[in-house]
Amino acid sequence: MQLINHQNIQKRSGGRVLLNKVFKVLFFLSTTVGLIFLSMLLYRVLTQGTGHLNWDFITNFPAPYPDKAGIFAGLIGSLMLMAIVAPITIIIGVGTAIYLEEYARKNRFTNFIQANIQNLAGVPSIVFGLLGLTFFVYLFQMGYTLIAGGLTMSLLVLPVIVVAAQEALRAVPNDVKEASYGMGASKWQTVLRVVLPAALPGILTGTILSLSRAIGETAPLIIVGAATAIYSIPDSLLSKYTVMPIQIYNWTGRPQEEWQLVAAAGIIVLLTVLLLMNAIAVWIRNKFQNRY
Amino acid sequence: MTITTQENVNIKPDTKGGQNNKEGKKAKHVFEVSDLNLWYGSKQALYEVNMKVPENQVTAIIGPSGCGKSTYLKTLNRMVEMVPSVKTSGSIKYKGKEIFSESFGVEDLRTKVGMVFQKPNPFPKSIYDNVAYGPRIHGIKKKAQLDQIVEKSLRGAAIWDEVKDRLNEKAFGLSGGQQQRICIARALAIEPDVILMDEPTSALDPISTAKVEELVQELKKEYSIIIVTHNMQQAARISDKTAFFLNGDMIEFTDTDELFSNPSDKRTEDYITGRFG
Repeated sequence: MQLINHQNIQKRSGGRVLLNKVFKVLFFLSTTVGLIFLSMLLYRVLTQGTGHLNWDFITNFPAPYPDKAGIFAGLIGSLMLMAIVAPITIIIGVGTAIYLEEYARKNRFTNFIQANIQNLAGVPSIVFGLLGLTFFVYLFQMGYTLIAGGLTMSLLVLPVIVVAAQEALRAVPNDVKEASYGMGASKWQTVLRVVLPAALPGILTGTILSLSRAIGETAPLIIVGAATAIYSIPDSLLSKYTVMPIQIYNWTGRPQEEWQLVAAAGIIVLLTVLLLMNAIAVWIRNKFQNRY
Repeated sequence: MTITTQENVNIKPDTKGGQNNKEGKKAKHVFEVSDLNLWYGSKQALYEVNMKVPENQVTAIIGPSGCGKSTYLKTLNRMVEMVPSVKTSGSIKYKGKEIFSESFGVEDLRTKVGMVFQKPNPFPKSIYDNVAYGPRIHGIKKKAQLDQIVEKSLRGAAIWDEVKDRLNEKAFGLSGGQQQRICIARALAIEPDVILMDEPTSALDPISTAKVEELVQELKKEYSIIIVTHNMQQAARISDKTAFFLNGDMIEFTDTDELFSNPSDKRTEDYITGRFG
């Protein structure tokens, strides 16, 4: 007895193929929506900003006149902020991830921590700003300083890095860990010699991507008191500082048309730094990732 | 030594009363397993296993899939505890020392009881670093000593001639059979007493399999080998003793010739004659 009627299948096959084509077009269109808006944005920014973009713009401090104004304070501020955020978040974030993935027993408590970290990764950045204001600026009396901004930003980035590092650690095949344990290696030896080297590309890419998100953050830094116009670069952790997004925000808020062009030039610098960081992430991934 | 299995192991109470860890028993047995039960969560996987594993012999463990043979093997070096929900009861003595006792660290146990896994699992490192891994984690740093260990282990695993000119190449570049012999060399490098092998040839082609089997014969001069295999011909070819497991029970454990020519249990006979499994 035949349970399958091949003639019916034949009749329906045209429809199935057509449906496949329809979805292919739909998916292509959704991809282009993103591309169209990205290219519109880039086009606008580039046409407006390139006129103002020159070496002086990068090396000048803010000024009351558009053609004298520069982004030097913001650029250096952003880079210094990252120099604080990166080591703090990498050490604490990777440490947390190693503990949760390799050491902690899977019980309700660790599940609770796990769920909370994932929730924290989705908390709006302004909430972290308020937290930083309460703790670092007021409670620890750091004031509106670079270190207060850096620590606040670290809190913001930390959950994302923990989650990324956990994923990378989880992707290390179990059988190489077993091989190490099977020779009498301790957990730490296994983590240090087998797990971390294999997970490193994933951890670094995740870290750089979350840092490049942080470099564009504005809201939490406004709350913890980053300056809008500043005429020196920070010389210590307790200096006043500003960052590129705040500088750009400040320029966009001004009524004169010319300042908009300055802001566009600032956006180009910010995007360049972002692209550089992403390029490094891609480079690291390609360099180390063909291990398994 | 022909009558063994359950009747035999039930005579065991005299070892319990007799302070056997003091006498050392001239180490005729590397493992003495008594009344071993094991659960994965609430599901019991091993029932009252009793077995004395002889020294410097090849002990094969056969049985159908899911019979608990791999679980049993991994209990011997406590790798089974990597599964979080595992619980055990009973006793396993390694040369007279209880392996489940607090004073016997798993790291020490696994230094004495090495393991070769089902799938070749070299580290993403060079051939040299793979073999030197074990000695290094146990604190050996001198280059000259490591060089000697690596050469001895690779020779021991019968792969030295094939790889001696490319010790610094990644182990992934080798064939599956070569990789498995690298893994055996890696296990030999810490000079264990026992080598557990969990279906070491199941991922290999017939020629590589033959090489590994030949190697096992060579290794038993210096090591006690316990090998899990789903291949009965392999068990018959290479082992001195064979245990047959079924649904978590050890049905029969005796000399390999005896088990295959004259099994004492009907279920063993059914399995080895291919009536099921």
